[in-house]
Amino acid sequence: MTPLAKKRKQAGHQQSMFLRMIWRAALVRRGRALTALLAVAVAAGVTTTLLNLYVDAQAKLRTEFRNYGANVVVVAPDGSSLPTDALSKVESVIGSRGMAVPVAYAVAKVGGTPVVVVGTDLERAKQMNKWWDLSGTIKVTVTSSSTAPDTPTPGPVPAIFGIRAQQALVPNSQGLVSKSGVVPLVFDGRMLQVANAQWVKTGAAEDNRIYLDLPDFTKWTGVQPSTIEIAVSGSTEEINATMEQLTQALNPPTPKAGEGGAPIEVRPVRQIQEGEARVLGKTRGALLGSTALVIIVAALCVLATLMSWVLDRRRDFAVMKALGASEALLQRFFAAEAALIGALGSIAGFLVGIGAAAWIGRVNFHSPVVPRFGVFPEVLIGGVLVALLSAIVPISFLRGIQPAVILRGE
Amino acid sequence: MFARLLYQSFLRQRRRKLLAGVAVALGVGVATAMIAVATDIGDKINRELRTFGANIVIYSKVADLDVEVGGRNLTPANDGAYLNESDLPRIKGTFWTHNIIGFAPLLPVTVKTQAGDVQLVGTYFDKHLKLGTQEFTTGMKQTNPWWKVSGEWPKDDSRDVLVGESLAAKLGVKAGDNFTVETGHAPSLHVTGIVSADQATNNQIVAPLALAQEILGRPGAVRRVLLSALTKPEDDLARRNPDTMSPEMHDRWYCSPYANSIAFQMEEAIPGAKAEQIRQVAQNEGTVLSRISGLMLLLAAAALLAAALAVSAAMATTIFERRGEIGLMKAMGAGKAMVAAMFMAEAAVLAILGGAVGFGIGALLAQQLGRMVFSSTIQVHAVLLPIVLGIAMAVTFAGSAASIRRAMKLEPAIVLRGDA
Repeated sequence: MTPLAKKRKQAGHQQSMFLRMIWRAALVRRGRALTALLAVAVAAGVTTTLLNLYVDAQAKLRTEFRNYGANVVVVAPDGSSLPTDALSKVESVIGSRGMAVPVAYAVAKVGGTPVVVVGTDLERAKQMNKWWDLSGTIKVTVTSSSTAPDTPTPGPVPAIFGIRAQQALVPNSQGLVSKSGVVPLVFDGRMLQVANAQWVKTGAAEDNRIYLDLPDFTKWTGVQPSTIEIAVSGSTEEINATMEQLTQALNPPTPKAGEGGAPIEVRPVRQIQEGEARVLGKTRGALLGSTALVIIVAALCVLATLMSWVLDRRRDFAVMKALGASEALLQRFFAAEAALIGALGSIAGFLVGIGAAAWIGRVNFHSPVVPRFGVFPEVLIGGVLVALLSAIVPISFLRGIQPAVILRGE
Repeated sequence: MFARLLYQSFLRQRRRKLLAGVAVALGVGVATAMIAVATDIGDKINRELRTFGANIVIYSKVADLDVEVGGRNLTPANDGAYLNESDLPRIKGTFWTHNIIGFAPLLPVTVKTQAGDVQLVGTYFDKHLKLGTQEFTTGMKQTNPWWKVSGEWPKDDSRDVLVGESLAAKLGVKAGDNFTVETGHAPSLHVTGIVSADQATNNQIVAPLALAQEILGRPGAVRRVLLSALTKPEDDLARRNPDTMSPEMHDRWYCSPYANSIAFQMEEAIPGAKAEQIRQVAQNEGTVLSRISGLMLLLAAAALLAAALAVSAAMATTIFERRGEIGLMKAMGAGKAMVAAMFMAEAAVLAILGGAVGFGIGALLAQQLGRMVFSSTIQVHAVLLPIVLGIAMAVTFAGSAASIRRAMKLEPAIVLRGDA
């Protein structure tokens, strides 16, 4: 046998011996190894859960905040209305991330009383403004002006009355409305019969208004929408970017720039945006603080458990040293063992953590959490590092001690 | 003898016991902090939710329809449609005085400017009021914290005003300018700041209440009051009609800080008033609040579980390596009960010492977290201490139990020979 082959064979022996030692260490003291593994797995599991939630809970909360309604509004310059393609432009910018509702206003009269009449997409307005307290579902037999354009005397069109408008305007209402609650509205000399189909209570300006479907409204008044209310979800930066895009889409640079008059404005609904940013910011802070806290404590607990595990094995350490193992080999051995436990524990913990995050998401937000496998490298590297650290510290304690002292049991 | 055994065990295994103690302390610490945060977060977030502004509005029972579009008011004047300014401090005199963050009266007046008819709204900015011996300040700063004022807020007893940003652009005024409105008295107004708020306010002038009353020629008149209160999210009881409740149920409803019951008490406190919740703000608070508290609660549960497992693991190791000792004790005639009692006592000592230290750590952590995130401390109640210690004890026992049982099954002879 050549010296080279001999050396190689020896190296092979050493390697298989090394693996066998690690294997036996795990097998012989199954209970202890399992305890250490469990500690790592729990820490990794909690870390995974928290990291997943930290990212996902914010996204979930943002959608909750959309229940507050519009957070961006597009306003035509004073006294004018928006171009007819404005809504489709807005919709193409926001896509599926939000919802846009066109709104047109007019002040009409009922008898001598002025009242604000709003033309809008009623279905979408109800969907966007979930806090509207709607009651009454009176079916109105509609010969709507939009379906029969040539009818000389159009029948009553259905309308949603604000609760105070209803009390003030609908005859004999006394808070309740008769089925024949039909009110004649006059705008600019043109009359429209509206039927009190539903009524809405909000505690704000809506209570004083009458809501009509936009086609009915435009046909009657000839007034086009002057405002588009938009509810779009996303982070502050995303919303700012969307607003920028909307401004550009709605105010295309024309050759006659400068003559076009005042531009169409895209404004934030400050009340909603500020409130959302503040509450989310605080929640993120609390989440981050708790996450950091729990992760640090979990890491320390792993450290404590693994350290005691290594300290336990002073005897093995001493025997190996007495049999001639070098300092470096011993360190490698314990480090490899710790790294193995760290890696296995992290993998197991990661799987458990993903499950836990999904469960919390389902319980709290009633919608599944998309597992973020992106945090896996962090969890794995963190687990292995902590495990290595907890092996190296006790070994450096033991280094200076003579094997004989340990083996004698002192 | 038992006490000596216990004492010696701690003395001889100092490092090992210290590690276990540290694990217990850390586990208890994080558990305490998380419980404190989870129980307190609802209150903290509720306060933050007040950023959304007023959640209750009060107006006169006989008020006409408001005809307001885009900051212009076409409401016809009506003699009975005002509330009395002198009644307002009574808002703070109700049962819910501590829940009320602030209130601000509103009195819109139409004035003529170069930009045509404009609405001037009188209100409190940061008004100092007195009710009996109670002194407080209230106004827009509290009810509408989302208003962004570039410049200074006006003083409440001055001729200083805020101008909405859209109107300011039309009038060509900026902070520091003076301008006049054409009314009977033609007062010259000093602009201290430009306000960016909602679409209506952006087209208005916001002035001290007294100034608006002077222009309108109605001292003491208030059209509406915005009220910002800490409320309890609506539940089934809150959604019921108070008129159909039994007396006991009505009492319970009356004494819960629901937006509706606070509104009801405002109607009682202010003559001729009608009060309502502003649903956009009031209704959504509940969902957001329950989501966030739920999240923190579940997090606390996860942290608790992790802490328990970590402590159990630490305890298991301390016992496992003492098989030799157990064998010796048994060989010398100690019964199973005696050995178990010995280890249980050790666990108890660790749990109490570690738990107490951990409780202190947890209280500090919670306080620090509260200060960092909410700029106010999170209190850890002393009531929590026995509960936390109890949990620590239960967890350390549970963690030790399996190892103790296993250790006791061993034959002394086998253990002592070193074959186990």
